[in-house]
Amino acid sequence: MLATLLPPSSGTATVNGFDILTQPHQVRRSIGIVFQDPSSDDLLTGYENLRLHALLYGVPKESRERRIKEVLELVDLWERKDDQVKKYSGGMRRRLELARGLLHNPKIIFLDEPTLGLDPQTREHMWTYIEKLVKEEKVTIIITTHYMDEADRLCDRIAIIDNGKIVVLDTPEKLKQVIGGDIIRIKIKNPRLDELKRLRYIEKVNVLDNTVSLTVKDANKHLQEILRVIGAVESVELRSPTLNDVFLHYTGKEFRQEEGEGGFWQRAMTMRARK
Amino acid sequence: MSELSGLYAIWEREIKIFLREKSRIVSSVVSPVLWLFIFGAGMGASFSVKDFSYQAFIFPGVIVMTTLFSSIFYGAYVVWDKKLDFLKEVLVSPVSRTTIFFGKVMGGVTDAVIQAGILLLFAPVFGIAFSLSMILAFGFLILMVMSLVSIGLIIGSVMESPEGFGLITSFVNFPLFFLSGALFPIDNLPGWMSVLIRLNPVTYGVDAIRGLIMGVSTFGLFVDFFVLIGFAAIMISIGTYAFSKIKM
Repeated sequence: MLATLLPPSSGTATVNGFDILTQPHQVRRSIGIVFQDPSSDDLLTGYENLRLHALLYGVPKESRERRIKEVLELVDLWERKDDQVKKYSGGMRRRLELARGLLHNPKIIFLDEPTLGLDPQTREHMWTYIEKLVKEEKVTIIITTHYMDEADRLCDRIAIIDNGKIVVLDTPEKLKQVIGGDIIRIKIKNPRLDELKRLRYIEKVNVLDNTVSLTVKDANKHLQEILRVIGAVESVELRSPTLNDVFLHYTGKEFRQEEGEGGFWQRAMTMRARK
Repeated sequence: MSELSGLYAIWEREIKIFLREKSRIVSSVVSPVLWLFIFGAGMGASFSVKDFSYQAFIFPGVIVMTTLFSSIFYGAYVVWDKKLDFLKEVLVSPVSRTTIFFGKVMGGVTDAVIQAGILLLFAPVFGIAFSLSMILAFGFLILMVMSLVSIGLIIGSVMESPEGFGLITSFVNFPLFFLSGALFPIDNLPGWMSVLIRLNPVTYGVDAIRGLIMGVSTFGLFVDFFVLIGFAAIMISIGTYAFSKIKM
């Protein structure tokens, strides 16, 4: 909707100060979109794809060549600019589209699942590029993703969307604080839960089969006491809360299967990086 | 200004792809050559039309056939672009839908002109001399092809799958081709067929081109011109509308 691809069912919004209903052209000029699926022409070369984009977006002739070079260098594709896109790997294609999204100096960039289906190494690269462009291009980035680690690493503010509604919007740190402490997971046959409940600093207790999950403030300090109270322990795991915990906290369920395939706006999260 | 550069960008892309996909050019020339040399020679062995050999008579018709098929098929690339999501990239750009449509039409027309140009080189083989009026024939060809490309694009804009596109266009292609006088003279036909042929705009394209390169025309260039320009105006209007309705 914000990209003016879909009309809103009601109401309106402004992007970079332009109304999406009455000023769609100005909106489109202020945004860059990187789709989840490849949308470059694979018979054209990387350079030609960018040239096409520059012409479509009316990038002035004087700055066109320089700008194409700039963005291609930013994503390390300048050497391959004259190869047809069909000869590119999946990661290179994503990078090309990232470069394309940047080409016309947009104020805001939408990245739809930028690392879906990429191997960990390529994903790490992609993240580096995204961080680099935030620093060098000074743009606002809106990412949709259902990888929590991606959200945590790249975003200043995170919105969790459940069933089409934003349930919470805040910084990753604040969101994690909501969980109210660290998480201790203890594998144990016969936990003495009654005794455990007397410890005031335990916020939440969850028992599933032989595993007890505790949410505890300053867990490192209290771990010893907990272990003494609870009984003969098989194994212990202590960790800080992650965005996964936050997500589960707000949506109350595990990730559902369809999230990988849902539409642009039904996805788990949208996030925003620094300006 | 950016609309103009957008128009140019879309046209340039279509031409690059056309020239890069050699199979498209080769296939568009091979089948008409087969028609001319094999079908034409086979039929021509038994009869001729007026003062011309049968091969020479169908020569303009085969040019029209080639451009007709390839122009309508051109719409299939819209369906492919949809599948590749490339169309999305073009549709979200600030360029208007009308400009996108016209860029595509110009691309399709250029493809057709290149194909017709290649075929025209064979003219002397069939005893047709090169002449200046051939340039005017290209004018008429362009006029006709604009409508045909539009038809292809209209179908392409509403279809979701290339298979569906192929199915629908075969219902369009063959009537337009067979009922155009491309393969036979249209003067002594049974009444119902004569009516259908006169209703088919492609007939006037064949008539004009045959008139210009061979000097025999049934309707005269003025009638041909007005029919073709009317047809083009209608198809381009519908096409512009169809493109404004493409959903993503």
